[in-house]
Amino acid sequence: MPALQAATVAPPSRRQGLAPVPIERGEEFLTIAGEPGRYGGRLTASLHSEPKTFNPVTAVDAPSLAIIRQTIGDLIHINRFTQKAEPALAESWKISPDGKHFSLALRHGIRFSDGQPFDADDVLFSFEVFLDENLHSPQRDLLAINGKPIQVLKSGQYSVEVYLPEPDAAAERLFDSVAILPKHLLGKAYEEKRLNQAWGLDTPPDQMAGLGPFRLKQFVPGQFVKLERNPYYWKADRARRRLPYLDELAYLIVPSTDAEVLRFRAGEVDVLSPLSAENFGALSDGSHAEYQLQDLGPGLEYDFLFFNLNDLPEGGSEEMQAISKKQAWFRDTRFRKAVSLSLDREGVIRLIFRGRAAPLWAQESPGNKNWVDANLPHPARSIPEARRILKEGGFTWNDAGDLVDPAGNRVEFSIITSSSNALRTKIATLLQDDLKQLVMDVHVVPLEFRSLMDRVFQTYDYEACVLGLVTGDADPNPEMNVWLLDGGTHLWRLRHLRPPEPWEAELDRLMRQQLVTRRVPERKKLYDRVQELVAENLPLICIASPDVLVAAKSTLANLQPGVIPDYALWNADSIYFRSDAGKQP
Amino acid sequence: MKRAYGFWAALAMLAGIHVVTLAAGFFAPYDFATQDREAPFVPPVHIHFLDAARGFHSRPFVCRWVPVLGVADRFSYTEDCTQTFPIKLLVEGAPDSASGARKGNLRLLGVDAPGRLWLLGTDEFGRDVFSRLIYGGRISLFAGLLATLVSLALGWGLGSLAGSGELFLALPWLYLLFAVRAFLPLHVGAGQAFLLLTGVIGLVGWARPARLVRGIVLSAKERTYVLAARGFGASDAYILRRHIWRETRVVMPTQAALLIPAYIQAEVVMSFLGLGVGEPVPSWGNMLVSLQNLTTLAYAWWTAAPALVLAGVCLLYHQVGAHLQGQGKA
Repeated sequence: MPALQAATVAPPSRRQGLAPVPIERGEEFLTIAGEPGRYGGRLTASLHSEPKTFNPVTAVDAPSLAIIRQTIGDLIHINRFTQKAEPALAESWKISPDGKHFSLALRHGIRFSDGQPFDADDVLFSFEVFLDENLHSPQRDLLAINGKPIQVLKSGQYSVEVYLPEPDAAAERLFDSVAILPKHLLGKAYEEKRLNQAWGLDTPPDQMAGLGPFRLKQFVPGQFVKLERNPYYWKADRARRRLPYLDELAYLIVPSTDAEVLRFRAGEVDVLSPLSAENFGALSDGSHAEYQLQDLGPGLEYDFLFFNLNDLPEGGSEEMQAISKKQAWFRDTRFRKAVSLSLDREGVIRLIFRGRAAPLWAQESPGNKNWVDANLPHPARSIPEARRILKEGGFTWNDAGDLVDPAGNRVEFSIITSSSNALRTKIATLLQDDLKQLVMDVHVVPLEFRSLMDRVFQTYDYEACVLGLVTGDADPNPEMNVWLLDGGTHLWRLRHLRPPEPWEAELDRLMRQQLVTRRVPERKKLYDRVQELVAENLPLICIASPDVLVAAKSTLANLQPGVIPDYALWNADSIYFRSDAGKQP
Repeated sequence: MKRAYGFWAALAMLAGIHVVTLAAGFFAPYDFATQDREAPFVPPVHIHFLDAARGFHSRPFVCRWVPVLGVADRFSYTEDCTQTFPIKLLVEGAPDSASGARKGNLRLLGVDAPGRLWLLGTDEFGRDVFSRLIYGGRISLFAGLLATLVSLALGWGLGSLAGSGELFLALPWLYLLFAVRAFLPLHVGAGQAFLLLTGVIGLVGWARPARLVRGIVLSAKERTYVLAARGFGASDAYILRRHIWRETRVVMPTQAALLIPAYIQAEVVMSFLGLGVGEPVPSWGNMLVSLQNLTTLAYAWWTAAPALVLAGVCLLYHQVGAHLQGQGKA
């Protein structure tokens, strides 16, 4: 009697997944704007590799962070779409006039995803953990201002006071992505000094909890990570219905972008973000009512070429001495200027990014609308001008036509790139051809990523390198460790034996100053100067900033992709399926 | 007899292919490194004999591919025959950067600028795939050939004298190649990289022919005529030279015909993985790298040309090998 059976079975949305817990009295939930959505369905996204951990304190790799971001809550959150700081677990906050003291009021009556209540003790515990030097949390650097850590004190069950050693221009942004951890689950592990081993891939999901919209349901190595609704999540829609709308959020592990596109086309993956320009092109072919493509414009990534300006020790191996000799060219600003002038940035964008990128002359992309220096000069590509500058630097072209330095050495060097990043290898191949116009003999050497990192960060055994950096926030502060003299990502010169160049010292000073300058226009002026110095001295010869491209099923509603990670899924708590389309088992 | 035709045809085709790649500077219409940034992924040129206005042309001509505007994400082109470019023989073409020349070079085919004779289209940098295929064959085919020579020489010598290469047979050669490459300096020039490739492939591969030779030596030693010669007081050196090497001479060409395609493939694999010659110097392996991308595979099928030619060359070698083996048995 199949007909009868069909009639008695409830619709899949009712049967499947865990229902949200009704809102309690006194619970200070956050109400989101917009039309209420409908419950149900599973949203499937993809990851390029497996997560390494579910531990928010120690995670550094992108797949782990992508999952952790969906399972944790922070005090103050940056809206990825508006790029503004918004209340999250802290319902409101006050800043003292000197900018060094924050009072945060926490939400009352909300619960972790295991049903246990949340209060100031959890906040205190979390900051203690993140600031603990023994745990080496990557967040620790961000919670320190000019090297001095912030202080967090409890002033009531639902209020905390935060003291900054110095005023911080963007202090409320510090709290973004600092996970508030459940003391009841992790307190013991922390006391026993084994917190870095806690919440590994083999930890049963019921021993983990967070304040994010989802919680871990199942992890199958090599295949997928499945998250389910946090039934106690602290956000609701206008109709007082608890979020998230989705029953489940799944991440398939798909090692290549090409496979990802195939699975998206087959309907197995609902969202691709970010997407490469080539694949965006492939997907935009023909009519496609079932999915939508969005080009959000240039993101916060910048791709650049840089030369090895590290102070190498005397008397190293023969190879290191050869690099040392070539550094006489690399250190000459005129040499770097000539290289920059000969680069065909438009060509890179047209051929490699299919027009979906912005050319760069300094680190800030037009995607960072509030902070990019709009008055920065954009010198056009000019081979004659590049040749003139080289001549000024004492370089000449000998009878055979080769470019030689004042000592008569042929200008020849190699650019290393990551072999796993096809786009950057292609950029290097184009640069190679551009520099041929100046008769520089350039070789492109793709290396395995880890060996590339090793050369750049440890052994300094390279001449030039094409790399990209992604800024974590649309604010100058995450850039600190690139431009400070002792910054961990001061890529071109991680090792100083000799005093810094005047402009390097100036960059350091400006970055420190902007950090403690609270008035936005003044801060902007300082950061504009940083960009000018970068464009003039070219420690990084910036090339392009790729657009953030997103593909998503048309049935998904409330998508508000932003240029900051997690591009399309940052607001997964309010995304919903318009119809039953997402409900396949 | 029918088989011999196949053999000679295969041999002639192989010889032809090798001659063309050796004289790449003449046969390739363009230089392998010249980029045309306005023309990435242009499809293969259409060769016309007829035009709308004047009908039949005895001299074939080509038209230009112009980008289709409005199709931003994929490079899309359409043929514009308002201006036609007859194909010319023996033209003064682009200088040959392989030989380091800076002035023009005599090339077999060409068309007047701004027309382009991209017989197999262009790659992502607007470089002529056909020319790169010919120049790339230089590296891939001759790496196979030279590595085989190294391998056979070593295998023959060591196989007839000492003979045991079990250790080398057991080595996972691809990983060995990775390891060897890791010890070398960051950048090696195209010439050095080529020698390195052939050296490494040849050195790693000698054990197989050595074992074969060893087998022949051992069985030949027991032959009656060898025993007879020994009875008459012939020295070891005489027997080796007079009798045993004669036996091995028959199997060597067969071995070569089997090893060459295997080694060409080894070179292609290594270059594909970025261990061979570096950009912009082409080899069939590094030309195939762009095919890893789904979009390229789907829309720029002509970039797969090296794979097709590679398959053809391997089949030809196997044809030659099969014939030689049959002859050896007879």
